[in-house]
Amino acid sequence: MSTSDPTVDGEAARAVDAPVEFAQRKSLFAHIQHALHVNPTLLPVIILALTVVVFYFATDGKILTGLANKVTLEQTAIVGILAAAQTIIILTAGIDLSIGAVMVLSYVVMGNLAVTYGLPTVPSILLGMLTAMGCGLISGFLVTKIRLPPFIVTLGMWKIVLATVFLYTGSQSIRSQDIDADAPFLKLFGERVDVFGMQLKIMGVPTIWAIVLMVGVFVVMWYVLNRTAWGRHVYAVGDDKDAAELAGVRSDRLLISVYVVGGLIAGIAAWAAIGRVGSISPSSFAEANLDSIAAVVIGGTSLFGGRGAILGTLFGALTVGVLTVGLKLAGADPQWVLFATGWLIISAVALDQWIRRVSA
Amino acid sequence: MLRTVSMLALATGIGALGMSVIGATSASATSACLITKTDINPFFVKMKEGATAKANELGIELDSYAGAVDGDHEAQVAAIETCIADGAKGILIAASDTKAIVEPVQAAREAGLLVIALDTPLEPIDAADATFATDNFEAGRLIGAWAAATLGDDAANAKIAMLDLNESQPSVGVLRDQGFLTGFGIDVKDPSRWGDEDDPRIIGNEVTAGNEEGGRRAMENLLLQDDGINVVYTINEPAAAGAYETLRAFGKEGDVLIVSVDGGCPGVLNVQEGIIGATSQQYPLLMASLGIEAIAKFAEDGTKPEPTPGLEFFNTGVNLVTDASVDGVPSISVQEGLDRCWG
Repeated sequence: MSTSDPTVDGEAARAVDAPVEFAQRKSLFAHIQHALHVNPTLLPVIILALTVVVFYFATDGKILTGLANKVTLEQTAIVGILAAAQTIIILTAGIDLSIGAVMVLSYVVMGNLAVTYGLPTVPSILLGMLTAMGCGLISGFLVTKIRLPPFIVTLGMWKIVLATVFLYTGSQSIRSQDIDADAPFLKLFGERVDVFGMQLKIMGVPTIWAIVLMVGVFVVMWYVLNRTAWGRHVYAVGDDKDAAELAGVRSDRLLISVYVVGGLIAGIAAWAAIGRVGSISPSSFAEANLDSIAAVVIGGTSLFGGRGAILGTLFGALTVGVLTVGLKLAGADPQWVLFATGWLIISAVALDQWIRRVSA
Repeated sequence: MLRTVSMLALATGIGALGMSVIGATSASATSACLITKTDINPFFVKMKEGATAKANELGIELDSYAGAVDGDHEAQVAAIETCIADGAKGILIAASDTKAIVEPVQAAREAGLLVIALDTPLEPIDAADATFATDNFEAGRLIGAWAAATLGDDAANAKIAMLDLNESQPSVGVLRDQGFLTGFGIDVKDPSRWGDEDDPRIIGNEVTAGNEEGGRRAMENLLLQDDGINVVYTINEPAAAGAYETLRAFGKEGDVLIVSVDGGCPGVLNVQEGIIGATSQQYPLLMASLGIEAIAKFAEDGTKPEPTPGLEFFNTGVNLVTDASVDGVPSISVQEGLDRCWG
């Protein structure tokens, strides 16, 4: 993306004959539009900040207490991590509708191996993650080798994985108390951060490992996407697959690896989810796939691929979290949370389209 | 010539197919359909088990259908249409959308099928030929009365969190919620919906989708509004388990009374361990097996089942499970609850 945009200059030039005041206003507007365009993480940050400000007044400041902050972060953590996986897939102009179900399958495998069959915890966790990566591998293979649209592949995968979960578990949860007794390490990410007596506190409230994990996943993925060849190839293939291939990117291989990495991140989210929820719950996270997509689009990543930033997704996920907790603190009925989230998604994408017109 | 031969072959094929269909229909005795909300809830898994066992015993052919998730109304409509087309004698249905399903149910009854609502009454209740259900209002009333009696004088200053099912307020969720409040001694205003009460003891209503993650989240949101909550009503035991995790994270697990409804085995175990104070146990297996018996009877001589005297439906029973029994509220022991639990 070039920083000198002909459209902006052209608009400024056309405004010369207009009254001075108008020209200044227009160029200011264009400048904002331009700034948002060249820095895709800026808009999600602004949206998050605005949401916090609105709810600061709507809740008499309660949204910014340590406890509200803790709850918001913890409610965001799992969907946030999933949204990181969703981002890299959407950057390739793909989509993964199965990612929430894959996470559930992954933690069900972890729980069954460790608690029901008594396998040591670490291998159980690794096998759970491998299961998630396997699902990603199958999706990636179907998308590239059989040339099926990602929407269809992952729609099918979603149903298949969901059915597998229910057939495998009989829809029965593994109780929190049984996990504590047999495999407490599964719940690591639900524990407070405590390294040799040093606690990590955010706004005076001790935080849990899941939050550290979420931030860690985003930092690592930011590095991978922006500082490695693989990351640049992800953007290239998403932007223009044919051009990327002409430039020497082996797009099929890359796409498969993207779905496998997506699976790996879902597997990591699965481990964190056990700590967060407490139980191994087959019926939980039924809408995590759609929630993760919402976080990605509010975060400014284009569903058409090639454009977006991973950190935007983090802010997108946090915006949904602030909105949900804020509305509850303001005393709104649960129906309004759904309603407001819907508007947030549409508004965020509308704003994003407006910004993109700069380059049109 | 070739064309004539192939047409002939095709016609023969169709004819043979027709014969085989007629053959199959006349050979099988009675067929019945079971349509549940979803296969993801052990409650409905158990219901299916009960129906299958009874159908095998009575020689009835049973086809089972379920929505993908709770609230999957379209799948249930499609299932009813398939059952009518298959010539089933009766349908047992646990409806996802109790109002919208009425029209397809009407079509089935007009086609001569016996339709029995299981677990969840249709709206209006007489849209089905009969309803075999837990008295969900009574289930709620029992835990409400138990909670009030357990708190004693403190019930007047209780701070109550209401962890409901979902935003669309299906009747099962409303009945349990309003039953609980009635049992606790709170004015419910309009008994056909939750959330319209103005008693200051209610801190708020939240939805849980009836699972652990939802219960965890809902409890957090309500504790943020008031961290003095000391009574938690939950729509079912998974939601209760999630709420308990939150209370534990907030260091409040010892100060709060959690009550629930269902009587699934993990839930009753949680009562045993003191995580849930008391739960109202229902009997899905019985609902389904009674339903199959009713269809068999209807196929035999056209008799339709009668509701329990004084109620609009056939009550399949509900028991309060707790080891901390209180005067004036009948209950069974945790051991008996474990013996009769499902899932």
